[in-house]
Amino acid sequence: MTREKLYEELNEVFKDVFDDESICVDDHTTADDIEDWDSLEHINLIVAIEKKFSIKFNMGEVNKFKNVGEMADNILAKL
Amino acid sequence: MQKGMDMRELEYPFDADLILSKKKSLKRRLLEESGSFTEKRIAILGGGTTSDIKQILELFLLNYGIAAKFYESEYNAFYRDAVFDNEELIKFKPDIIYVCTSNRNIDAYPSLNDDSDTVDMLLKRETDKYMAVWRSLKERYNCPIIQNNFEMPYFRLLGNRDAYDIHGRVNFLSRLNANLYEYAREHEDFHICDINYISADYGLKEWSDPFYWHMYKYALNVKAVPYLSFNVANIIKSIFGKNKKGFVLDLDNTLWGGVIGDDGAENIVIGPEESEGQAYTEFQKYLKAHEDLGIILNIDSKNDEENALLGLDHPDSVLKKDDFIVIKANWEPKDKNFKEIADSLSLLPESLVFVDDNPAERHIVRSSFGNVSAPEIETDDISHFVTAIDRAGYFEATSISEDDKKRKKMYEDNAKRAQEAASFTDYHDYLISLSMKADIKAFEPVYMARIAQLTNKSNQFNLTTKRMTQDEIEKVSADDTYITLYGKLTDKFGDNGVVSVVIGHIIGDALDIELWLMSCRVLKRDMEYAMLDTLVKRAKEKGIDKFLGHYYPTAKNAMVKDFYATLGFKKIKEESDMSTSWELSVKDHKDKNTVICVEE
Repeated sequence: MTREKLYEELNEVFKDVFDDESICVDDHTTADDIEDWDSLEHINLIVAIEKKFSIKFNMGEVNKFKNVGEMADNILAKL
Repeated sequence: MQKGMDMRELEYPFDADLILSKKKSLKRRLLEESGSFTEKRIAILGGGTTSDIKQILELFLLNYGIAAKFYESEYNAFYRDAVFDNEELIKFKPDIIYVCTSNRNIDAYPSLNDDSDTVDMLLKRETDKYMAVWRSLKERYNCPIIQNNFEMPYFRLLGNRDAYDIHGRVNFLSRLNANLYEYAREHEDFHICDINYISADYGLKEWSDPFYWHMYKYALNVKAVPYLSFNVANIIKSIFGKNKKGFVLDLDNTLWGGVIGDDGAENIVIGPEESEGQAYTEFQKYLKAHEDLGIILNIDSKNDEENALLGLDHPDSVLKKDDFIVIKANWEPKDKNFKEIADSLSLLPESLVFVDDNPAERHIVRSSFGNVSAPEIETDDISHFVTAIDRAGYFEATSISEDDKKRKKMYEDNAKRAQEAASFTDYHDYLISLSMKADIKAFEPVYMARIAQLTNKSNQFNLTTKRMTQDEIEKVSADDTYITLYGKLTDKFGDNGVVSVVIGHIIGDALDIELWLMSCRVLKRDMEYAMLDTLVKRAKEKGIDKFLGHYYPTAKNAMVKDFYATLGFKKIKEESDMSTSWELSVKDHKDKNTVICVEE
């Protein structure tokens, strides 16, 4: 999967989870950029991403992501 | 409609991942598309993170027509919140308290060196902790409590021995659960949320994935949360009287294999000879077992009636003609029959579950009424019907009253009355011929469960649609400033049980009638007149001069819009929302009932 295609699908997940059609994530997006993205919603985001790409994150990974870019790198490496 | 829709996304079998990822838009849609909701305040006292459990519970409840406001304890604060003074919770005034704990909240398990006294002591200590929670909640908030039992541990130190050795966690948790159940049996308004069963059903290994505990302090896999929340929603909707009341069943390829009109009664597939026939027999037995719970069975089949009855007469058919209240076997559209069945039972279509192997028929009935449940089965295999119906929680039995068990007979008696009525030309003569007797008295302890059930179930003949828990019923019954009446009606065909409830609040020289309802199964029997006559008598004894009545319109109670006018009340107020207030001078009242012999 190309990075562009990945972002397209990732963006859909973000839109669903935060119920916001205007969301457009990029490498630099962090939890501070999305209003409802708190630690409780983070789990929903992780679960939805795992489902979408049929992958599993481990605990260390989930704790380390600094921004969406790192998340995307991690997903691409798993596909 | 009380609510405009049932969202298929929230009906069993649902897509849990979809609910999790789209919960925000689902909530938005439920609020946009639905009509009026019953409001309830629900306190969740958790032993772990409960955020998603709450949010998804909210969705399922909205789908059941209940708009919930929530109180959520801080992480693992369930004990503190329950046992100590808690101003915020007192102010919140919960209608329901859900104690959402798990085996992650066990303080101390036995270790291998403990003797049996020590293990007993640990068990007692753990049990006492929860007893203290329930007692304190009961005393402070006096509302129904829902308590999770304990799921099995996700590892077994002793392997299979863990199940029976007193040091095993499996054994310890099983004994603890048994203590919970004993308390539940002895306390009404205390309900177990059986996470031990639903975690097994989901798959314990996945359910207890420790990742979610260590990362987020969720005691269960977040992906399993919809199953937990759905289970809790079913208990809550049942407490508030929103269970389904019966089945409407297809015949060919649903209750037996084959098409009886084509194949002949001797060739339908039912009975022990072969696997398919066994599956139909098992399904029929499952349906028949519902009769003891007062769940009624009806038939809606495209067949000549003669053929339909031949099938039920088959020696291997568990269900016989007498097991059904209404049998519609003809060539009319199924939705038309469905409506007629509901009407002749005085039930709303949504109170009945439609079971048909044909997806097209399910679609027709569902789309005609919008909110009728018609369970889906995998691969058109009827052996999956039991699971589909069972997991949907249509009939969650939070209370089992004596009347439930007798309900089938009541519907049958009603059918006989309808026949008899047709033979009279004068309706008054017919009413006299019924030899009706009524008990109309202040609430009595044996009927409290039934009275609470009626306040939650009655939608049509219900002036104020005031919903009350059994605790609230008991409270007004003990309060001198209230006059309470229940009405129980018997006639020559049988006992209808408790069918009418009136609650009036004495304010000065007036009686404010806060609740007046009647079961639709005794419509047009003059029971409402008998209730009024007795109410007037009780009021005079207390020196009351006038009655104040109210009609609050809902989507379902239009039939009683002018009820107070028919009793001789004068309208004194009409609001813009169409609700009305009425007044009756007690001394002007003359007894209206001439057909029921009343014992007071």
